[in-house]
Amino acid sequence: MGSDPGNIVPPADAEELGTERYDGKYPIVIDGLQNAFGDNVIHQDLALKVRRGEILGVVGGSGTGKSVLMRSIIGLQRPTGGTIEVFGRDITAAGPDEVIGVRNHWGVLFQGGALFSTLTVAENVEVPLKQFYPELSAELMHEIARYKVVLTGLPGEAASKYPSELSGGMKKRAGLARALALDPELLFLDEPTAGLDPIGAANFDKLIRDLTDTLGLTVFLITHDLDSLYAICDRVAVLADKQVIAVGTIPELLESDHPWIQEYFNGPRSRAARDSRDRAAELTVAEGDAAREQSAPAAALHGKITGA
Amino acid sequence: MREWADFSWQDGDGDSGRGAIALHGPMLVSSVGPLDERLRAIDRPISTIDLSDAGQIDTVGAWIVWRLAEQHGAEITGAGDQATRLLEVVQGAQSSADIRPQQLGMPMRALEDFGRFMVGLGHGTLRVIAFLGAIVLSFGGMIRHPRRIRGRAIVRQMELVGVASLPIVGLMSFLIGIVIAQQGAAQLSQFGAESLSVNLVGRLTLRELGVLMTAIMVAGRSGSAFAAQLGTMKLTEEIDAMRTIGVAPMEALIIPRILASVLMMPLLGFYASVIAILGGAVISDVTLGVPAVSFLLRIREVVPVYDLYIGLIKAPVFGLIIGLAGCYQGMQVEGNAEEVGLRTTQAVVQAIFMVIVLDAFFAVFFSNLGWN
Ligand SMILES: Nc1ncnc2c1ncn2[C@@H]1O[C@H](COP(=O)(O)OP(=O)(O)O)[C@@H](O)[C@H]1O
Ligand SMILES: [Mg+2]
Repeated sequence: MGSDPGNIVPPADAEELGTERYDGKYPIVIDGLQNAFGDNVIHQDLALKVRRGEILGVVGGSGTGKSVLMRSIIGLQRPTGGTIEVFGRDITAAGPDEVIGVRNHWGVLFQGGALFSTLTVAENVEVPLKQFYPELSAELMHEIARYKVVLTGLPGEAASKYPSELSGGMKKRAGLARALALDPELLFLDEPTAGLDPIGAANFDKLIRDLTDTLGLTVFLITHDLDSLYAICDRVAVLADKQVIAVGTIPELLESDHPWIQEYFNGPRSRAARDSRDRAAELTVAEGDAAREQSAPAAALHGKITGA
Repeated sequence: MREWADFSWQDGDGDSGRGAIALHGPMLVSSVGPLDERLRAIDRPISTIDLSDAGQIDTVGAWIVWRLAEQHGAEITGAGDQATRLLEVVQGAQSSADIRPQQLGMPMRALEDFGRFMVGLGHGTLRVIAFLGAIVLSFGGMIRHPRRIRGRAIVRQMELVGVASLPIVGLMSFLIGIVIAQQGAAQLSQFGAESLSVNLVGRLTLRELGVLMTAIMVAGRSGSAFAAQLGTMKLTEEIDAMRTIGVAPMEALIIPRILASVLMMPLLGFYASVIAILGGAVISDVTLGVPAVSFLLRIREVVPVYDLYIGLIKAPVFGLIIGLAGCYQGMQVEGNAEEVGLRTTQAVVQAIFMVIVLDAFFAVFFSNLGWN
């Protein structure tokens, strides 16, 4: 395995998370952030706080620097000014390979999936495990890889495939499985539903919402997909004019009179997305009742697990 | 310090012999490594797994608990909300699928590999012939419709293949000229025939080494570049995109590269021979006491003009082989980044190998013509 991407430096302290500056409320705190490529200023005095346990949608026109913002938070892009604290640690003070203490507490799904093309899906999921927890036995790693792949909605057989053998939607799911490999608290998703068909995108949205609720994740979700915004985001941050001009729930944002926000949320596509969300809500209420009635026998079936 | 997960064992009452396990400490991916191996090693049956003393839990911890319960038919007790939820998650995500790529046993695999190799050889030969045919066809088309000739692309490739390699080819040839003159003179002096080292340098470089060494250099520099560029473009679907816009990759990418190497090889080969002769002249001036000018004048007398023709006839053929190997291998790339590397290596190895084989044929052919 000459091209095994897992061979970097072993982590210094893989278990320690957070400093006294992290109060458990805001895993990401950005203040006064400035990013520029030469004379081209992308962010100027940008501030943003991400709450624990929420799905924060990040929207903005193309080229407003959403991806650059994400890359700065995960330490791939060194800002020209300002501070970014993740779990109370200053990311901007460290180089891209140094922010290891927090690196095992986040997972990233890149825009293109970025799966290692010479490894199978299962091996892709095992790369971060091998990197951070070499003491895990090979057997356990295989088991972990398999259930993570199934957890993201892929059939178990997909784990043995190479990325070039997967469809676009399957690649996204495999990328998500790798992002979830370490049971991270923070998940970064860069346009996860771009390029998926509406049904695939809706399923992916639901998957992210379910995983967030069951695993207690905090999600930083860059998206252009209005359906995703309405369906799964707790709050939305709007990037424009080099700053986060507004953060809040969609009803709160609708009250803003910023022209871009108005145009974005009151355009025809947005209204269609809102209507479909409302219709979906009615449906889920009905389904939810049915599910609750069924859940009693289901619990009996899982009878091996009894609460404390 | 990291806190590891641990467990304690309690023998069960009665004669069933089934024990109870209580887990302690954090059940997290960062802490369960050693615990997992010890739990796997337990060979006595387990009736209950108690989680009331366990700390935080994530899906990996839940997976280990659930797998153990499943294996022993044990009951899980004392699970908190989080643990119960995660146990359901991992239960829902279990699968018995084999995650390794399918592989046969060793003897069958060797047979299969051999079969694949032979079939690949056959198909490969056919594909190379088809590729050559496609090039000839598209070249013919370009001659009939000269508007389709991509002048700029051709000139750009000629610059990359030819002009950009002048320094390195020149340096290499100069040094080779020095070595031949120096070593030749050392051996020939045993017969008192140092002056014949002029013949050696002049004939050897123009006829053989100038073109051969240049071909090896161009294969390493440009043949590999062709394969890597085209291969990467295939991976990123750029070539498919060109096709859909109506741009034939054959005309836009392959013909310019092959033309450039066919046209530049004779020029580079001739240039290399001249520089090698200069190198010989310089060294004989310095160490052999033959003035450089008389060395060069002697070259005119001792080197027959057909030596030059031989070099110039071989060079474009070598160029064609290098261009073909590079472009063909690049276009065969499929799947992943590793393939680009493999194909690039193959392009260079094949080109150099074929050049040397053909050079041997040429040597026999030209001596039979009486050019010796
Ligand atoms: N590596 C880079 N070098 C120079 N400019 C860049 C680089 N990466 C991004 N940019 C510029 O930063 C801006 C924001 O890019 P990006 O964050 O990718 O936008 P988006 O919001 O669509 O994700 C763009 O104008 C882009 O040109
Ligand atoms: Mg982007």
